[in-house]
Amino acid sequence: MNWAWFHRFGSPPYFYSVAGKIIPWLAWPAGLLIVAGLWGGIVMAPPDYQQSDAARIMYVHVPAAYVALMSYTVMAIAATVGLIWRMKVAHAAAAACAPIGASFAAVCLLTGMLWGQPMWGTYWAWDPRLVSVLVLFFFFLGYIGLRGAIDDVSRADRTSAVLAIVGFVNVPIIHFSVIWWNSIHQGPSLIRKGGPAMPASMWVPLVLVIFGFTFYFYAVMLMRTRAEVLRRDRGGSWVRDIVAPQEPLP
Amino acid sequence: MIEFLSMSGYAAYVWPSVGLGIALLLLNIHWARRLHGQAKSEARRRLAAGREA
Repeated sequence: MNWAWFHRFGSPPYFYSVAGKIIPWLAWPAGLLIVAGLWGGIVMAPPDYQQSDAARIMYVHVPAAYVALMSYTVMAIAATVGLIWRMKVAHAAAAACAPIGASFAAVCLLTGMLWGQPMWGTYWAWDPRLVSVLVLFFFFLGYIGLRGAIDDVSRADRTSAVLAIVGFVNVPIIHFSVIWWNSIHQGPSLIRKGGPAMPASMWVPLVLVIFGFTFYFYAVMLMRTRAEVLRRDRGGSWVRDIVAPQEPLP
Repeated sequence: MIEFLSMSGYAAYVWPSVGLGIALLLLNIHWARRLHGQAKSEARRRLAAGREA
């Protein structure tokens, strides 16, 4: 297999240029899928036979949870690539994932609380699923805090990468928490043996929002990575062409 | 319409959740754009300082 494309992405100017071209191709489908999915879920889908209209919280809660987990996975992979191949762009991508993942994990927790109160009678329970997602949120905050506490960028990259990789152990724990332990949280209802536990009029909008959030995540992650790459290479000659292309060279 | 907005009595839970989701999407775009703007401004300042030196 030819890995030249992979190595080319390690070049900041190449990455900056290509990512800038990819972002609109992710952003537009994201917008369309999210609008269609939320319309289908909030307006068109029938109420749940047990939870009635409260189940519509699912159209924000589940995609937010999915993106929070994906964000951590991408961050851990990027951190590993950065450590092994010493690729600065990969470290920049890992750094870009953390704030996005933290915000999605926060919304997952908050919408979960808003769903929990009418269904379980409480906003919060010390339940394996809830606690493991809270730990994920703290891993994101820890990663951001650790990066911010180290002035030297290369050292911050390496140290935070180790934390990202160690924290990845929590991702399968979150996924399997509802299977391994007795949990107040419901089990998998979309991807499971025997198909989704809901009719197509409910799961299709959910899948649309999940895909929309996924496209959205990659678009925003690339936007943040471009900014991070620009910040790190601010003294580079290629940056001059981007920030002041009309000015003559000194 | 009122019936739809009331969400069978769960409006106080459903609409804040939808609002949080939309706010999350808009804020992440705003933060990413601001970060990019800041990186560009910083690079411009550095470029200008290099020319003056």
